[in-house]
Amino acid sequence: MKSKILLSILLVALLAVIAVACAPAGPAATNEIKIVSSLPRTGSSKGQTDTVVNGIKMAVDEANGKVGNFTITYLDWDDATAAAGKWDPAQETENANKAVADKDVMVYIGTFNSGAAKLSIPILNAAGPLVMVSPANTYPGLTKPGKGEAGEPDKYYPSKVRNYTRVVPADDIQGAVGAQWAKQLKATKVYILDDQETYGKGIADVFEAEAKKQGLTVLGHEGIDAKAADYKALMTKVKGLNPDLIYFGGITQNNAGQLLKDKINVGMANDKVIFMGPDGIYEDAFIDAAGKANVEGVLVTFGGVTVDQYTGKAKDWLAAYKKKFNADPEVYAIYGYEAGKVALDAIARAGTKDRKAIRDAVFATKDFDKGVLGKWSFDANGDTTILTMSGSSIKGGKFVFSTLLGQ
Amino acid sequence: MSQQRKWLNGLLAIAVIYIVLLIGPTAGLDIPRVAREIAANPETLLQQMLVGLANGSIVAIIALGYTLVYGIIELINFAHGDLFMLGVFTSFTVIGLSGVDEKSSSSETIVVVLLAFVVSSVFCATLNVFIERFAYRPLRNAPRLAPLISAIGVSFILINVGLFWGGLRVIFPFMGNNAAAPKSIPDLLPRFDLLQAMGIQTNIAFTSKDLIVIVVASVLMISLRFFIQRTRLGKAMRATAQNRDAAMIMGININQVISLTFLIGGALAGAGGLLVGLYNNTAVFTMGFTAGLRAFTAAVLGGIGNITGAMMGGVLIGIIAAFSDQYFSSRWTNAWVFAVLVIILIFRPTGLLGERTSDKA
Repeated sequence: MKSKILLSILLVALLAVIAVACAPAGPAATNEIKIVSSLPRTGSSKGQTDTVVNGIKMAVDEANGKVGNFTITYLDWDDATAAAGKWDPAQETENANKAVADKDVMVYIGTFNSGAAKLSIPILNAAGPLVMVSPANTYPGLTKPGKGEAGEPDKYYPSKVRNYTRVVPADDIQGAVGAQWAKQLKATKVYILDDQETYGKGIADVFEAEAKKQGLTVLGHEGIDAKAADYKALMTKVKGLNPDLIYFGGITQNNAGQLLKDKINVGMANDKVIFMGPDGIYEDAFIDAAGKANVEGVLVTFGGVTVDQYTGKAKDWLAAYKKKFNADPEVYAIYGYEAGKVALDAIARAGTKDRKAIRDAVFATKDFDKGVLGKWSFDANGDTTILTMSGSSIKGGKFVFSTLLGQ
Repeated sequence: MSQQRKWLNGLLAIAVIYIVLLIGPTAGLDIPRVAREIAANPETLLQQMLVGLANGSIVAIIALGYTLVYGIIELINFAHGDLFMLGVFTSFTVIGLSGVDEKSSSSETIVVVLLAFVVSSVFCATLNVFIERFAYRPLRNAPRLAPLISAIGVSFILINVGLFWGGLRVIFPFMGNNAAAPKSIPDLLPRFDLLQAMGIQTNIAFTSKDLIVIVVASVLMISLRFFIQRTRLGKAMRATAQNRDAAMIMGININQVISLTFLIGGALAGAGGLLVGLYNNTAVFTMGFTAGLRAFTAAVLGGIGNITGAMMGGVLIGIIAAFSDQYFSSRWTNAWVFAVLVIILIFRPTGLLGERTSDKA
């Protein structure tokens, strides 16, 4: 009994020590400004986000970790869990709350998945608001009125002040150019599938609307069970309708690989029935998942210019990236870099450690050319003015640029 | 059945039909449309039944593992689905190391597949015996919740082993660059259309791949049934399931029999892993959870503890899922599978075939 009491006292003492050690270092304002990123760093998005984080690091390193009198600390947070294998709502919420609680955090770079942004925008909106710069979200409803569901995007901004920006063009453009591309390829009957997530369903809906406008026959549109072991029954049904193009709105992590495999398994080869997807499958993980033999001829749209088409400053950046990290970037890396640059520039222009002032500075970004994407601005919604899109196909297990879209 | 019970069942039936008709349409239930589609194209229905049969056979093999263990120690072994996932990884590793792919000669392929079958079964069987020895046996006389929680813990451990395994690209380069990403297994099973080959003019595709899966699954299940019903060891297993203490008094070594059960269950998981790996051609560390859920449902549907029931449950689930994918909507497929489970349990709380091997009051 005695030993138990002793043990409890020891435990309490230990906890007290930890609590003291972890407590914030008082109200003394420091010159440290933290930029955090919240991206899926566990699971199969890691290949892509590794290169995004590298991009952000590059931007911070180029400034030598300093802006004016402020020291910039960059923190790389994970919004995925091993159990989920992809972003996890609870983890993203926790990250957002952690950022709010840390008074030094001035910019929140993220998220990667649009569904995650839906959760963190309102939390950060009520705290200052703390500004977000997303390197990858493309769901239109996050920023554009009338392009998403009813009540979007205002329901994400309880304080009525916008705090969310993104350096990538949204899917109301990407989904539409996908449908236009399908038309160019002389497809007439399309079947649309999505992974039932914010991003996937959003882009599939845009694709469907534009496809109808282009005069294509939409044979059907349904959500798949992202956790299913196989899609043979579903693909058998689709085959019965005789489409010449299948569009999948979704991400690799929601079983895009298996979907493609079973499309081929039931007898719809890629040269007979085209398989098209958005940037959610524009990553090497998709090729690994579906198998090199199956991905040949798959078409992918991307809301920007692909790595092999970089010119000018982007090309120089690519060389610098390869030199620094001794690896090739994936498509979103350059947006990580651009997001980092925007954040640093806004902090410099604001010149003060204040969330509201830095938010205003980010939204005031105009004719920005300190990054590598060219000269662009944020509009009132926080969207980029760049609208260039590209279409790629997979050849020999690699993404190969095929055409510029949406121009 | 008493008069009262009959009345109650009748009322329940009306209530269930009412609820299904009320909620069903949201989930794609539109009886006239489905009837029209079936009448217009009966071949599609047959085709989907075949797809469901092949998928259901796989579910059934995994379900056997749940039902065997439950039958004998009344434990829902939540780790079984993840053991099956490791079976897929073992098979994939053997295939990857051997370097065979779609272009290899058939004799090479056969040797490698047989080797993968043996390695995967032995590995999973051994692992399962160890799991029982260290995670369940110490808790055998504890309250029933304790081993259940222990099983969930083992499940998490196995998931992480799978994740780690997928990241071993230094040793196994074929694992790809990303630990968590789904891995593509070469398509080694021959795939030619049997009905076309027999000269039958039809749109129904039934390939040798489907046939192999159904045949292998059936052979495994029939031999298991034979083992349990006709051999001495099987008899010992049944005795242990009925009454552990009485069996012990009769001179049966309980620990050995329970280990044997886990050995067989593990071997089935390993064999099932190879089969799924070759059929769906994907290995991913999260696949155990989904497969386990469906299989567990199949076991409950058929009557947990009952081997024939598990087979029936598996095939039934496969067919319901395929039917729902075709005629309702794939996003509601899981809802339909579980709705059928609920409906069957309302009228037969012990599942289709009741609980025969275990003796619970």
